[in-house]
This record gives sequence, C-alpha cells and structure tokens, in this order.
Amino acid sequence: MLESILMLWGAIPVDLQTLLIIVAKILIIVAPLLGSVAYITLAERKVIAYMQVRIGPNRVGPRGLLQPIADGLKLLLKEIILPTSANPYLFIIAPVLAIGPALAAWSVVPFDDGMVLSDMDAGLLYILAMTSVGVYGIIIAGWASNSKYAFLGALRSAAQVVSYEIAMGFALVGVLLAGGSLNLQEIVNAQQGSLLHWFWIPLLPLFAIYLFSGLAETNRTPFDVVEGESEIVAGFHVEYSGMTFAVFSLAEYANIILICMLCALMFCGGWLSPFQGIPVLEGFFEFVPGIVWLLAKTSFFIFLFLWFRATFPRYRYDQVMRLGWKVFIPITIVWLLVVGAAVVFEIPPWFD
Amino acid sequence: MAEIQNFTLNFGPQHPSAHGVLRLILEMDGEVIERADPHIGLLHRGTEKLAETKPYNQSIGYMDRLDYVSMMVNEHGYVLALEKLLGVTPPIRAQYIRVMFDEITRILNHLMWLGAHALDIGAMTVFLYGFREREDLLDIYEATSGARMHATYYRPGGVYRDLPDEMPKYQASKWHSEKEVAKLNENRQGSLLDFIEDFTRRFPTYVDEYETLLTENRIWKHRTVGIGVVTPERALQLGFTGPMLRGSGFEWDLRKKQPYEVYDKMDFDIPVGKTGDSYDRYLVRIEEMRQSTRIITQCIGWLRDNSGPVMLDDRKLTPPPRESMKGDMESLIHHFKLFTEGYSVPEGEAYVAVEHPKGEFGTYVISDGANKPYRLKIRAPGFPHLAACDEMTRGHMLADVVAIIGTMDVVFGEIDR
Repeated sequence: MLESILMLWGAIPVDLQTLLIIVAKILIIVAPLLGSVAYITLAERKVIAYMQVRIGPNRVGPRGLLQPIADGLKLLLKEIILPTSANPYLFIIAPVLAIGPALAAWSVVPFDDGMVLSDMDAGLLYILAMTSVGVYGIIIAGWASNSKYAFLGALRSAAQVVSYEIAMGFALVGVLLAGGSLNLQEIVNAQQGSLLHWFWIPLLPLFAIYLFSGLAETNRTPFDVVEGESEIVAGFHVEYSGMTFAVFSLAEYANIILICMLCALMFCGGWLSPFQGIPVLEGFFEFVPGIVWLLAKTSFFIFLFLWFRATFPRYRYDQVMRLGWKVFIPITIVWLLVVGAAVVFEIPPWFD
Repeated sequence: MAEIQNFTLNFGPQHPSAHGVLRLILEMDGEVIERADPHIGLLHRGTEKLAETKPYNQSIGYMDRLDYVSMMVNEHGYVLALEKLLGVTPPIRAQYIRVMFDEITRILNHLMWLGAHALDIGAMTVFLYGFREREDLLDIYEATSGARMHATYYRPGGVYRDLPDEMPKYQASKWHSEKEVAKLNENRQGSLLDFIEDFTRRFPTYVDEYETLLTENRIWKHRTVGIGVVTPERALQLGFTGPMLRGSGFEWDLRKKQPYEVYDKMDFDIPVGKTGDSYDRYLVRIEEMRQSTRIITQCIGWLRDNSGPVMLDDRKLTPPPRESMKGDMESLIHHFKLFTEGYSVPEGEAYVAVEHPKGEFGTYVISDGANKPYRLKIRAPGFPHLAACDEMTRGHMLADVVAIIGTMDVVFGEIDR
C-alpha cells in the first residue's frame, strides 16, 4: 500500500511534486486559520459576555461550542442581495480583495524555527504590503455599494488606514533596526537569551504603537470608526449579506490573528520560551514545543483586543486621525533615533 | 467646475442610535453637520385624543406608554392634575409611596439613558451593567403593581394597593439548581421594603462602577466635553427643563421649587453643571441617581414606621374592597358605577407639572364636568429638547450627532405621544 503510494508519487514530475507540496502546506496553514477565525468569534462573544455579567451563546452544542458552525451555516444559506444601484462586479470583487491579502500575508509567518511556508528575506516588507492591499477591498466595497453610509465608511477607512500604516511602518523599521533583518525568523532568533532579551523592552513605545495601530488597522474598538455601529450602522459592509458579509468578517478576524501573531513574533520572542535563561524552569519547560509558546502569546494579544472592545468607547473620526498623525508618528520617529543609537553603541543585552 | 453640493444623509428611522424612531435629515459638508432636521411623528398614537373618549381612570395606562422608560412619573403627572381638579389629597402613606416610586423610576430612566448614551459612543459594557440594576428595579415594579413596565399603579386618591409584605422569589428549574436559586433569593427573604433597602445599599457601588468605566476615561471625555454646548440663557429660551437645564448651570428642579407630595420633607441636593456640554449633563444625571437613592432611603424609613391607608376612603372616587363588594349591595353598585361609567370631574381646568427624569412633565386637563376629559394636553419634556437638535449639532461631526441625541435623552413615546 505504502509502496504503491510512493511509486505513484515518484511517477509525478518533480515540478508538479513541488507544487503539490506547496498546496499541501497552504492547506495546513489556512484550514486551522479559518477554524480559529470561527472560534475567535465564539471566544469574543464569550469573553465579552462574561465581562458584561452575562453568559453568552450557550444553546448550540455543549456550552455553545457549535455556535460558530451554526453561524457559518446560516450565512452560507442566506441570500446574497445585490443592491440595484450597486456596481455588481466591484461589489462581488471587494470581499475577495479583502480576504485574499489577509490570507496571503500568512505565507511568511514562521510558526517555529524553520516552520514557514516561504522563508522570504523581505518578509516584513511583504507583510506590510499585504496588509495595506487589504484596504482596497474595504474602499471598493464602500464605493460599489452606492450607499451613503457605506461611502462614509469607505472614506473613513481610506484615511485611517493610510495614517496608521505610516505609524505601523515606522514601528516595523524599529524592529528591522533592532533585529538587523527583514526576515521574521531572524528577527525572532535575534531575541534569543531570556525574557529580558525580547524586543519589548528596547522597543516598548513602538510595541505599544504597533498594537494600537493594529487595532486601528483591523477596525477594532476604540478605533472602529469605519464600522462604527452607532454612527454609520455598519460602514463599508452595510449592504452586504450572506457569504459576502461573512468573507469580510473572515478577513477581519484573520487580520486580527495576524497582527497579534506579529506582535508576538517581533516584540515578544515568538516561539522562544519565556523561561529561557532561568536555571531550573528552563529545563522543566524544555519539552514544550515552540509553537505552543507562540500560540499562547498570540492568544494573549487576541484577548487584549477583546478586552479593549468591552472597555473603551469609540474615538471620533477626527480624533483617531489626530492620534495617528500627532502622537503616534512623532513618537515612532523619535524612538527610531533612540533605537538607532542603541544599535550603533551596541547597548547590552539586546544589541551586543 | 462642478458645483459642490452638500451630502444629504437620511439618518433613521431604522438606525441603531435613532433611539426608537427618530428620523434626521442631515445636511453635511464632508462629516461636518450643516443642518439637522428632525422629523417626528412615527410613533404617534393619539394618546391625547384617545383620552377624550374614555373615563379618566382608563387613561392612566396610556400615561405609562408615553415615556416608556419612566412609567410611573408619567402617571404621577396625570393623576396629580385630576386630583387638583377633584380637590382631593391622597393619604400621606400614598404620597410617600409615590415619591419613592418616582425616584425608583428616575433611576430606571437614568440607567437606560446612561446605557444607551454610552452605547452610542461605543462603550458597550455600561449598557449591560445598567440592565443588571434595571432588572432589580423592574422586579420591584412587578412585586408592587403586577407589571414590570406599564404599571398603572397610581390612581386619583392614592395608589392601587399597599406595598407587598413579601418579595417574590425565584424557583428552581431545569436550568437553575436549588443552590443557585438560593443565592439569587438571598436578598428577597424579607418584605419589598427590605429588598429596596438592600438595593439602595448596593446601588452607590454600582454607580461607582459606571463612573470607573466612563468619568475619567479619556476617550469618553474626548467624546463628550465641549459637545452640544448650551448656554444657560439659550437653554431657558429653548424651553429646556430637567437635567438639560441643570447641565447648563441653571438650578431648577420642580421637586424643590414647587414641591408636590412630600418632596418638601425630603433631604436631597440638586446637582448643577457648569459648562452646559454633554459631559456636564452626564455628571448631573449620575449625581441625580445618587440623590434619588437618598430620597428612596428616607421614604423607606418613613414607610417602615408608619402604616395607614394608601387610598382615599371615598366611594365616589375609589373602588370598595372586594370582600365588601361580594356581600354589600351598596359596594357592588359603587364598584359597578366606577368600573363602567367612572367618576365625573367638576368643570374646570388644571395644569400640573412634575419633575420627570427628563424634565418638566406637564399635564393640562380641561373638564366639562363629564366622566372623561374635554381635552388633555401633555407637555413632553423631550419635545423642546429634540427641537434644539439642529442648534446643538450644527458644526459638529456625524459621530457627535449620535452623542448629542444620546445626551438629550429623548424617548419617542412622549415626543410623538
């Protein structure tokens, strides 16, 4: 049996073999990703529910565990309504444009030492590019819907993403300086040592700005002016229904996970154990695979996103802009100089 | 070159923060509001006209449905106007019960307002915290009057019945075990007054919780300070009353200025704002909740020590007890007359205003001596507030419109009537 499979495999041309392996790898990344997206919606509802002294979904399946599946099924079976005044081509393309880059960005994310689909040298740049392209989906959705609320949402989104992209980009430049590479694996490896060697200490302001810009990029409270439910109803996706709407949500949550994982990778040592360098504990936790640490750190950041949503009111649109341009960008620029100096003078323990 | 046109946005009536059925036509320059034109009437039910066609007592239930988040205070305005026409004063115990329930209703209203206002500005959690407390208050309503919202509890000549000696308890079910239920029933062991007292003890800490989430929150301040500023002079000219007027720094509260019932015996303060912006109105209302708790505590003290009738013993106005009705011919006749024809009110007219959670709630009744009003006019406090919408929102941004609608505390039941 096994031999015949191997024989069959051998008969395939080498090029096709490579292609098949890549497709398999993509599936291995995307399938769990979409699964976790579904369950983050449940986690969000549950976490916020408990923060708000209620129980949250508990009817579908044991303790509501099948809720995301029921939700997905419902959205799949719903009619996709095409508004008469909408541009039909752009209207359908927009959600595709939103989810495509959100998934594509995952190709350079390393899950453990060497566990990466594409070990690209310009990984960081690629991610920045991909997350920026995602905003086209939102703008086109707002434009194609031909609705005033969607249009306002799209305008807000365009302005917001452009402003926060700059702050985010500068934060990434700081990481690049500190890690000495654009390759995410090398950035993580540059943080070897201990909890104190991770970049969150020397890059603390950039870390915070990256996290908050991430909130703004993914339209989460307190920067959710793009969707601002109580103002522009649902913003850019107000006219979307059924699966087209679900695809926007998928993209949004995939982006949240991505931002959180990048925070873990760039500032919190990625798959490195937090007990590294501590005499007894290091050995004790040796058996834990790196990916578990990475996922634990990512989960923590995702929890922060949910926590913020339960706590904060929403900024007004112009206040979001002011925060981006007048606070975040100056801080990143100043801190870049500090990091630059620290790298030049090889300040231990991070840059020696 | 093309002419630059304003962006006209139809805001509502199916909008999540239209507070029911408000329809605003917004003319915007980008995101900046140039003109806000409120359209009303989508919840018009003809309350005033309906009242002309039925005996006085049957319209009390309509009053609950005017401002459906402060039910008993609406009843109070109507019932007081009838009592003024009839020239009767309810027993002192009924007056204390009314004052206590007015203040409970004030807390109910302000909790709903706080939750909705916070939700409009994006803070979701306060809304659900507020509903946790509203649950207890609605249970109090239910225990007293039998209905959680539309109580129909006040009557000309007193209140429908005395406070119950026992608080209803939860019962174990498939979803709640005996142990869980025992915990839920912990503060329901005594009488209704015990339950209310327990609530007044707990409530200030809950208000602290809301304040922790909002008062010093930078984003909350960004969104409310300097938004929808109304000067004291302008507030008077626009006909503002209640917290809207007090937020502008004008100390005006009918409970102090024209005391009705037993408010003159109560010890409480009137919070007053300084700047007249949304933030000050928020602070005023938060403080009002604390002051209401004070009044409730005083009422509980009095009600515990003093018993007595809660309804006038006038068979031409109030129904006889059911026991006597079963055996006594005269009582039966009185009952029959009261519940079919009702009572007649002497010819004349009366205007009575009460301090409603939203402002001055006025009821103007004209009687031609029949068993139903010749005309009933209701002054809804929300109406002049909404009328100022254009002035308050002009020059602000779209997101502020939502914050300003929130701070006005409008409920369309009373505005459209």
